[in-house]
Amino acid sequence: MRGYFGPYGGQFVPETVMAALEELEQAYARYREDPVFQADLAALYRDYAGRPTPLYHARRLSAEAGGAQIHLKREDLNHTGAHKLNNTLGQILLAQRMGKRRIVAETGAGQHGVATATVAALFGCECVIYMGAKDMARQAPNVARMRMLGAEVRAVASGSQTLKDATSEAIRDWVTNVEDTYYLIGSVVGPHPYPTIVRDFQAIIGREALAQAREQLGRLPEAVYACVGGGSNAIGIFTAFLAHPEVRLVGVEAAGLGLETGAHAATLACGRPGVLHGALSYLLCTKEGQIQEAHSISAGLDYPGVGPEHSWLKDQGRVTYTAATDEEALAAFHRLTRLEGILPALESAHAVAAALRDAARLPAGQNLVVNLSGRGDKDLAIVAGEEGVAV
Amino acid sequence: MNRVAERLAGLRAQGCKAFVPFVMAGYPDLEATARLLVGLSRAGADVIELGLPFSDPLADGPVNQSAAHAALAAGTTVDRVLALLASVTPHLACPVMLFTYLNPVLQAGPEVFAARAAAAGAAGLVIPDLPPEAAGEIRAHAREHGLGLAFLVAPTSPEQRLRLAGQASSAFVYAVSLRGVTGERQTLPPDLPDFLQRVKRQVAQPVLVGFGISTPAQAREAARLADGVIVGSALVRLAGSGGVDAACGLAQELREAIRC
Repeated sequence: MRGYFGPYGGQFVPETVMAALEELEQAYARYREDPVFQADLAALYRDYAGRPTPLYHARRLSAEAGGAQIHLKREDLNHTGAHKLNNTLGQILLAQRMGKRRIVAETGAGQHGVATATVAALFGCECVIYMGAKDMARQAPNVARMRMLGAEVRAVASGSQTLKDATSEAIRDWVTNVEDTYYLIGSVVGPHPYPTIVRDFQAIIGREALAQAREQLGRLPEAVYACVGGGSNAIGIFTAFLAHPEVRLVGVEAAGLGLETGAHAATLACGRPGVLHGALSYLLCTKEGQIQEAHSISAGLDYPGVGPEHSWLKDQGRVTYTAATDEEALAAFHRLTRLEGILPALESAHAVAAALRDAARLPAGQNLVVNLSGRGDKDLAIVAGEEGVAV
Repeated sequence: MNRVAERLAGLRAQGCKAFVPFVMAGYPDLEATARLLVGLSRAGADVIELGLPFSDPLADGPVNQSAAHAALAAGTTVDRVLALLASVTPHLACPVMLFTYLNPVLQAGPEVFAARAAAAGAAGLVIPDLPPEAAGEIRAHAREHGLGLAFLVAPTSPEQRLRLAGQASSAFVYAVSLRGVTGERQTLPPDLPDFLQRVKRQVAQPVLVGFGISTPAQAREAARLADGVIVGSALVRLAGSGGVDAACGLAQELREAIRC
């Protein structure tokens, strides 16, 4: 069925935006095949974002893990410091061609908000970013960056005051201003066609990684790891490898304080199918259907939903979904920082943690690719705070 | 024919307009909700919409959002709301529709949800995040249990979507007056007459208009353009700040404003 991944996906939104989704679907169908659009995007990826990002062999980290070789897909070197820009560049080109001059978006860690504010500045658009009040406190440097870029950052004080509530508020803004506003969603979530659009714009990560593995390793890696909140960096690196069943794909959710504590964001591990933010997918909710608050040390994974394509990949067994705790992510953050001089985002540190766990048990001849989806500068205060150090 | 459709057909035959108040179950508490339902019925409501509080109400503005969160924080559950409805229904002179987001329906299972709602005395369902094209299963179970459904149309809906909502709606067509979420506004949208005419050209059912209508004057004006008026946030706000009597007082004024 149109707009579904197996039984997941669809369009479960207030009627007011149904026509806008149809308009977006038609625009995207046209421009995804349009060579001028694709050339414009390729030029921005190369000249503005700095793509391709490297695939880097982390030798010291691998040696310490004592098993398989770990290679990092360096999305942290993408402009603005995360994979998020791949998507915002694509969507701002769509918005521009659709004649929408006002951009709204939600943000959790602030990386998508920064990437949106960046492209809004580049294209001279008005930009409003919704961010949970709790996230604004824990990601203050990104709030400052968004404001410097000219975006208005609106604090969302309802509910859990995190990404879930920011997303709801961004959708309400879109419902209210639907005719002149483009909703620039930041992950592979939301109503159709967003999960497909965001996947397509992020898929460059996997296309590059696959080609780089062939060139640098002479073959495909044994496994690919990525963290999963909404799941855009994971879909981005997985998509090119889906056609290669010999490559294990591992999505790493946030286990927070531990899956058994209930304080986590492991939607695929512990959730059930339901509707949140316009799509049918796994989510964390009560038996009565109330959405539950997620917990993760990383704001970008702190979301009780997940993209519908991930739900389908889980049910099919094509991707293995595992989880890493706050503590494991922090430990991985430090190991990568001290051994390689690379500060990962706490989100990405979850993927590093799972790869380290597996690498120790695997032979040295195997290659694991980890999507290092973002850089960790934004997280310094959190990491220091966890350790009782002021910055 | 379900009880909501019957009621609206009767009004239409007499040339009368429907008054449909909305209240949030469990706000300010369930005991107050019971008194509100009885009071609204006495004030002359033709149908009452009873909101099931949901954690993430995408179509709602600040008043209904905070009422839902307060109701949930106070321990309101679907079970308790349905038990309350079952106890109050015999004292009401009008049918009650449940206004619920889709996820609670899915988690219970559409069949179980419809059966339980009907058993508690509900006459219909409004599900604001369920578009008609995805409603096949729920329509079947609603029909089986005698529940009327009202699908939403908006000023942004093209003619083909207006017809789709008309075909799927067995109670009435719910015209969202404006681009936006629920909540009180200073004025009615200027394009409301054109929009409602467009809807009425495409659908045979009664067309009730809601979102952004809060004062008797607005209700009177909107009632001239449609078959009835739905008022929510103003009543919810008053129920919280002024109590049941204040909300029922406004309901009486609204009823007076949209007589025949």
